[in-house]
Amino acid sequence: MSIFVDDDTRVVVQGITGGEGKFHAGQMIEYGTNVVAGAVPGKGGQAVDGVPVYDTVDEAVEAEDADASVIFVPPAFAADAVFEALDTDLDLAVAITEGIPTQDMAKVNKRLGETDTRLLGPNCPGIITPGEAKLGILPGNIFSEGNVGLVSRSGTLTYQVVDNLTERGIGQTTAIGIGGDPIIGTSFVDALEAFEADDETDAVVMCGEIGGEDEEQAATFIGEHMDTPVTGFIAGRTAPPGKRMGHAGAIVSGSGTGTAQSKIDALNDAGVPVGDTPEDVADHVESFL
Amino acid sequence: MKLHEHQAKTIFADAGIPVPESRLATSVEEVLDAVDEIGYPAAIKAQVHVGGRGKAGGIKIATDRDEAEQYAEEILGMDLKGYTVETVLVEAGVDFVDELYVGVTMDRGEGKPVLMVSTEGGVDIETVAEETPDAIAREHVDPAFGLHPYQARKVVYEAGVDADVALDVASILSTLYDLYEDSDASEIEVNPVMITSDRDVTAADAVMNIDEDALFRQPDLADLAEESYEDDLERKAGEYGFDYVRLSGNVGIIGNGAGLVMTTLDLVDYYGGKPANFLDIGGGAKAERVTQALDMVFSDPNVDSVVFNIFGGITRGDEVAKGINEALEGFDEIPKKVVVRLAGTNAEEGMEILNTDLVEVEATLEAAVQRAVKNAEEVTQ
Repeated sequence: MSIFVDDDTRVVVQGITGGEGKFHAGQMIEYGTNVVAGAVPGKGGQAVDGVPVYDTVDEAVEAEDADASVIFVPPAFAADAVFEALDTDLDLAVAITEGIPTQDMAKVNKRLGETDTRLLGPNCPGIITPGEAKLGILPGNIFSEGNVGLVSRSGTLTYQVVDNLTERGIGQTTAIGIGGDPIIGTSFVDALEAFEADDETDAVVMCGEIGGEDEEQAATFIGEHMDTPVTGFIAGRTAPPGKRMGHAGAIVSGSGTGTAQSKIDALNDAGVPVGDTPEDVADHVESFL
Repeated sequence: MKLHEHQAKTIFADAGIPVPESRLATSVEEVLDAVDEIGYPAAIKAQVHVGGRGKAGGIKIATDRDEAEQYAEEILGMDLKGYTVETVLVEAGVDFVDELYVGVTMDRGEGKPVLMVSTEGGVDIETVAEETPDAIAREHVDPAFGLHPYQARKVVYEAGVDADVALDVASILSTLYDLYEDSDASEIEVNPVMITSDRDVTAADAVMNIDEDALFRQPDLADLAEESYEDDLERKAGEYGFDYVRLSGNVGIIGNGAGLVMTTLDLVDYYGGKPANFLDIGGGAKAERVTQALDMVFSDPNVDSVVFNIFGGITRGDEVAKGINEALEGFDEIPKKVVVRLAGTNAEEGMEILNTDLVEVEATLEAAVQRAVKNAEEVTQ
């Protein structure tokens, strides 16, 4: 089992003719993902690596029965691309783009509440169910099939933690990057809920970071609703207040809300051990299995 | 991106929000010229991006020329929480009887902008939010529809603003919301809005932060951002297009991906060192970016040692190694010891290329950080 994506997922790549879209569509296909279509306005009728391109997502869905989209569209046009995905009623839209203006995302978020489509991201590395499918830019070769679910706000931190797990021979059911922006689709709680419902996920790692209150809400959810053991990592303990630490969402407010400590305390209170190092996180996972 | 008070006030004034008369000054003479025109009392306000300027001594009210001269001498050139004050705003003092807070920000949890009004103005609003949350009235705005004017009135009345000025305050708030939308602000606030003894309202302070991700469609504000850098290194980072934050320690940090770079900072601290900076070279960086990153960190005089941590996804280890070689081979003597850890995509190819006469190499993140901390300790001993 896995969550959100598997080898039946049929993917349309929005922005497949751009540099990033083309490269990563190729990588996804190589990994074994069913990339069935591309969607780029004005490029309908072309093909990229044998994948047919359509002018609209709607046409791609109609012709190729796509049920998920991956979005590689520059920031200025990305919100529009997400709207297009949401309005086509796909099951899943994965927005890789970093740098979408927050006010655009507020409008997207409003629409999100009116559809059944799940949005992952933006500003995320995507999602991978090892051995079945990857939607996004995660390097497939570092992941392996296993029984640990992973959800993270950061791409490279995910790779680091996966590497520490791999050294111990521990693989993943599904790994999800939810994105580093202040307003995102799928939250920690959404991902944790899905992992809790998944029979094959025996332990979960959540990698959070400073900013917002998603981790605190996740802690409450874990305390009240989860039997599957969870361990956490929180990046940004040394971040000064008021400074954006790379991710648009990674900022401790002037009064000190959104700090690493508040998140670590909330997780600890919910019985979730938080590692001081990625190595510690792997130790905790090992102790759960 | 934070605008200075004087920049924000110019924008406010252009939008029709009443602000006190003011002049910018960079020398004591200019301050005196300004007060001669404006009269007394006059506020002399440090223009630096530091919260709590007043408490830290960065804002003084002069009631005559001698005081103006004394305060100008004190404030210009003073160190305010690590920033040197180079410019002050000289502003007509307001004879006020009451102070309010009004602001617009993004409520991340709700994914909606929120209007905020409080009669507890003039003090740190975040302290008010913590200690007496009921003292702030809030109203969420539907981001798809935008603001309905009644919402500004509703939240002002709800906050308990005096009836005779309520509509004027609502009008300021409504204009602030328009500015918030039009300029892609992430936060915009006036604290305090002063109510004068004549029952006029005026914006006595101005905070305006712009969403950096929207600067591509806000060219005028992007120009203001240029003027707004206060640290040469942050300016350089802006030119290179790096995500960079300067801290006070001595271990320089370069990596890829925000979460992993933050984690590297945290590990430096965990192993007893002090991080000097956050520097994310981003995804898919080529050799040239790597060279620029090393140049950044080497130009920080506080840095005693460097840790370079890459976990390649779309970033390739061989490109990174090439960049490190190019950057370091130009030196007769390497200015600061560099510890490199490469993992992920093409890490092995990178390790083959990397000139290990110039750098130290570690296989794990933990080991690399510990070695860099030790290297920094050796320099300071």
